[in-house]
Amino acid sequence: MKLPQLSVFLENRPGSLMEPLKVLAAADINLVSISLADTEQFGILRLVLKDWEYAKSVLEKDGWVVNVTDVVAVDVDDQPGGLVKMLAVLAEAGINIEYMYAFALRRNVKAVLLFRFEDPDAAIEALEKAGIGVIQEAELY
Amino acid sequence: MHHELWNDAAGGFHPVSAPDFLPESQLREVQLRRMKAVVTRAYEKVPLFRQRLEKRGLTPESIQGLADIARLPFTVKTDLRDTYPFGLFASPMADVVRLHASSGTTGKPIVVAYTREDVEVWAEVMTRTFAACGLHRGDIVQNAFGYGLFTGGLGAHYGAETLGATVIPISGGNTDRQIMVLRDFGVTAICATPSYFMHLAEKAMEMGVDLKAMPLRVGVFGAEPWTDAMRARIEADTGIKAFDIYGLSEIIGPGVASECSQHDGLHVFEDHFYPEIIDPDTGEVLPDGSEGELVLTTLSKKAMPMIRYRTRDITAILPERCGCGRTIRRIRRIGRRSDDMFIIRGVNVYPSQVEAALLNVEGTLPHYQIILSRDQGLDQMTVEVEVTPEVFSDKVRALEEVRARLAHAIEHILGIRVGLRLVGPHSIQRSEGKAKRVIDKRNES
Repeated sequence: MKLPQLSVFLENRPGSLMEPLKVLAAADINLVSISLADTEQFGILRLVLKDWEYAKSVLEKDGWVVNVTDVVAVDVDDQPGGLVKMLAVLAEAGINIEYMYAFALRRNVKAVLLFRFEDPDAAIEALEKAGIGVIQEAELY
Repeated sequence: MHHELWNDAAGGFHPVSAPDFLPESQLREVQLRRMKAVVTRAYEKVPLFRQRLEKRGLTPESIQGLADIARLPFTVKTDLRDTYPFGLFASPMADVVRLHASSGTTGKPIVVAYTREDVEVWAEVMTRTFAACGLHRGDIVQNAFGYGLFTGGLGAHYGAETLGATVIPISGGNTDRQIMVLRDFGVTAICATPSYFMHLAEKAMEMGVDLKAMPLRVGVFGAEPWTDAMRARIEADTGIKAFDIYGLSEIIGPGVASECSQHDGLHVFEDHFYPEIIDPDTGEVLPDGSEGELVLTTLSKKAMPMIRYRTRDITAILPERCGCGRTIRRIRRIGRRSDDMFIIRGVNVYPSQVEAALLNVEGTLPHYQIILSRDQGLDQMTVEVEVTPEVFSDKVRALEEVRARLAHAIEHILGIRVGLRLVGPHSIQRSEGKAKRVIDKRNES
C-alpha cells in the first residue's frame, strides 16, 4: 500500500524546522512520522500524516513549498537478519531505493520502515510475493 | 492608413498619435527647429550650460543641422546633484507648475521641474505610449506606479486620462488591495514595475484569484530593466500582453519611448526627445544600429531643458522601419544600465545576465538576489534563488541537481565561479517599486 508523504523545503538555519511544525500544530494536525534530510545549505522535511491533503493546503497557505510523493511502509521482522532478508528480495527484483527511514508504530509497539522507491508498485509486488508485509493505511493512522 | 491608428473603442482615430507617423523629412524638420530653440533657451537661461558653451567657443548658432548636436557638451546626473535643488531650471518658479524628485540612493535627490506646457507634453507622450500599447477610451487602467515625488504615478495618470481611459490611481503597494481592485473593478490594463506585477500575480495565484479569467489584457511595465524571458513568463502565467515602456525623470518621466504591437524595440517619441548612441568610454557618437549609451536631448522642455543627457542605459537605435507603420525610430529594449553593472574579479556583470541564465533553466521564477561579499580579500558572488513548487523535490539529489544547473547556467554566461543558494519561498524581500537585485557587502566590516 502506497502512502502519501509530504516534503517541505527548509533553509538550514536555527528555527526553520519549528516553523512549519508550528503551522501544523496550530491547525491541530498530528504526525505519524517525521524525517529530516539535510545538506550544508538546506533541508527536506518529510512527513507522513493522516489528513495529508489538509496539511498540504495549510502549509501552502502559509507560503511553504510542499511536494507529495508515495512511500511504502514495510513491517520488518524484529530479529537478526530481518532487514537483510527484505532487502535481498528488493535487490533480487532489481528495485532501486531512493531513501528510507524508520519509525515506531505506537499501537503494535513495532518498528516500521518507510521506503521511497523509484517504482513503488514494483516494490510492493515483489515484497508481497515474498510474503513480506506491507502496512496498510488503516494500521498507521 | 494603418489599422493601428484606430485606437478608440468606437473605431475612431486618436489624433494624439499622429506625430508617430510623420514622414521622415517632416520629422527631421520639426526636430531641427525644436533643437535650435531648446539650445537657445538653455544658453540664455541656464548659467552652467552657457559657461560650458562659451568655454568651447560655441553659441546656439553652432546648431545648423541635427548632427551639430554632437558638438555640444554632455549633461550628467552629477550636474543635477551639483546644482541642487533648482540650478538647472530655465523658467522662473512662477511658471513652474510641478516639481518631482528622484529618491537619491546616495546623498541628495535630483529635482525636476515642469511648466504647464511641459505637463501637457508629458500627458501627450504618455497618451501616445498607451495608444501604442493598444489601450483606448473604455479601458480601465489600474495605475500601480507610485504616486508622489516619483514621476511614474502621475505621468501614467495624466496620459491614461488624456487617452480617455478610466484611471484607478491605486499607486504602489498594498498587494491584497491591488488584487481585490483588479478582480472587482473589471480592470483591463495595469501599469507597474515588472517585478511588482510578478509579485502581484504570484500573490493572486496563492489567493486563488485566476488572472487569466479576468478582463485584464494589457500590462504596461517600466522603471527597471526586464528580460524577454520574464515577459514570456508573465504572459504565460497571467494571459496578458506585456509592454515595455521607457523614461527617466531627468528627461520627463515615463513617456520617452514605448513598445508597440510588434514588441520589437521601443519607439522613441523623437519629436520631443532626440536620441543619440555614444561610446560610453570615448563619448563619440555611434551610427544607428551600434550598441552604446543612450543620450537624450529634450527638444520641447521649457522648465528644465536637458541637452545631451547621458542616461547610462545601454541600447542601440534600430534603423529599420517598424511593422506597425510608425516612422519614429526605435531603441532596442534596455537590458542593462552601465551603472547597474558591478565588477567582480575583473569581470563586468549585469544583473540582467544572471536573470537570463536563471530563466533559461526551466521552471524558475526569477525571485533572486545577488550578494557580493569579500572573503580573505577575494570577491565572492552568491546568487540566492527561491525554491518554487516546480523545481522542489523530496530527493536531496534532485534538489542538488537543480542547484547545480542554476549555478552552471550563470557560470556559463559570466565565465566566473558563483555560489548558488536555494532559499525558502518568500525569503527574499519583495519590493513595491524597483527591485533591489544586488546587495554589495564587499566594503562592509
